[in-house]
Amino acid sequence: MSKISPFWVSAAVVLAAGLAFTEIVENQYYFTAIYLILQGLIMAVAWNILGGFTGYVNFGSAAFFAVGAYTAIALDKALGLPLPLLIVAAAAICGLIGLGVGYLTLRLKGVYFAIATLAMAIVLETFITNWSYVGGARGAYILTPDKHLWFDSYSEMLFMLMLVLAVVSVAISRKLNFSRLGRGLAAIRDDEVAAECAGVPTLRLKLVSTTIMGAMMGVAGAPYPFFVTYVDPLSAFNLFVAVNAIAMPMIGGTAHWIGPVIGALLVGSMQEIVKVNISSELNILIVGVMLVLFISLAPQGIVGLVQKHFLKRKA
Amino acid sequence: MSDVILRVENLSKRFGGFTALQNVALHLTAGERLGLIGPNGSGKTTLINCISGALYNDDGTIVFEGADITRLPPHQRARLGIARSFQIPKPFRSMSVLENLRIPLEYAAWSRAEHRRITDEAMHVLETIGLKELAGKSSGDLTQVDMRKLELARALAAKPKVLVSDEAMAGLSGAEVDEIIEILLGLNRTGVAVIMIEHIMRAVMKFSERVAVLDAGQKIADGDPQSVIANPDVQRAYLGE
Repeated sequence: MSKISPFWVSAAVVLAAGLAFTEIVENQYYFTAIYLILQGLIMAVAWNILGGFTGYVNFGSAAFFAVGAYTAIALDKALGLPLPLLIVAAAAICGLIGLGVGYLTLRLKGVYFAIATLAMAIVLETFITNWSYVGGARGAYILTPDKHLWFDSYSEMLFMLMLVLAVVSVAISRKLNFSRLGRGLAAIRDDEVAAECAGVPTLRLKLVSTTIMGAMMGVAGAPYPFFVTYVDPLSAFNLFVAVNAIAMPMIGGTAHWIGPVIGALLVGSMQEIVKVNISSELNILIVGVMLVLFISLAPQGIVGLVQKHFLKRKA
Repeated sequence: MSDVILRVENLSKRFGGFTALQNVALHLTAGERLGLIGPNGSGKTTLINCISGALYNDDGTIVFEGADITRLPPHQRARLGIARSFQIPKPFRSMSVLENLRIPLEYAAWSRAEHRRITDEAMHVLETIGLKELAGKSSGDLTQVDMRKLELARALAAKPKVLVSDEAMAGLSGAEVDEIIEILLGLNRTGVAVIMIEHIMRAVMKFSERVAVLDAGQKIADGDPQSVIANPDVQRAYLGE
């Protein structure tokens, strides 16, 4: 292919804009706010691979985020690895756990699968709570390293790192969406028996899906301890974080890769705006209200609405 | 007689205490047209589910082209060349009609398909079935008859050696039934063996070279269509004493 796709042009523009942003903007608030939005975005994209593309709606995915965070804490304490290696390790470990959990739970369908993943999240949380090496229930403090490359502050560097990770996640999700693998996943979502009879190795594809989901969630979680500098099981396995990861793709639309991106940007920025301008409690309400509105009025999310409008105009 | 392509031996399937199939034997030769009939609940669909792998049989063996496939998962059987349509259509609803065919072409027939020409191959199948005009339409919006055709088209896109058509004509009008029969006959002319499950006797008699009859989980007759419907056991199964 000689032509560069618009996607990669926009990705480059986003990254360049991010770099420029770190040079121009002084107020550190913006970096932390956008970091949180990007974290939500990666989690939404990850959730969507299993929940949206493959159709296995679940409540437990966000536990992988916590496992990613704790992988980083443990390896930082044990070996003092640099952040990029911690991220890779978190991806590997969470991917493996995703594979294992997938193997155990994917025989279940619908509500039962959703409940099983919720139970898995509780098991993981109990495990971490009782693991004293990483602080147990007391939590763990992380010392932010002094070095932050050429950036003015550590949070600027984390912001840029998160931006890169987000772009990579979206690129993977997009690639998947338009690939043979992605079409196989869509077939599973639409009708698993028919997919299997059309030659789709459903179990293997579902395992691929849980593995990618787990790894991506782990990637979102690994820098988190360095961002907040104090992590305890309650904050890592936060219900609010978990609900966000589900709400964002649902609101954006789950069938298309752009859905969770739109949902995350919209919900994430709304939350930040409300948090600052109105109240830090009210922003929790925002997700709830938006989720209820979208599920009852536009179950296909924003992408679905746009597609419907577009099809109507074409007809 | 050409070679036996599919052989089912001593097949039994139980659901709890209920025996759905008992010691069923069935064979199919390459390129043959077999009609499978029987009253409701006689085990036709269960047999098909066992052959396609959607259900695993408790006893007995299934041999396809000389290889034992009894414990193979459905997707591997599809890759070997066993395709089926579903009695209640199961389209991939989020996809267009054309995209529905991509799935079997890219999975079941992957080793036999030309990877760069998947769309052309899918269009070719749609043309054969008569769905070409609807290629871009969402598969969830099709009419009943078109959905049945899509079932057949999707099975066909798997490039099967054996096609199992599970009541593809139930609820269709006379003209539509003829249309489906023509499609199946055309398909058979290309060398695909077809097992047709059907309640519409006119279609069964017109289509089948051989008819097998199931009743209460057992095969009670197997032979040429005329002698099968004259068989007193078959008449008793359908009409009672």
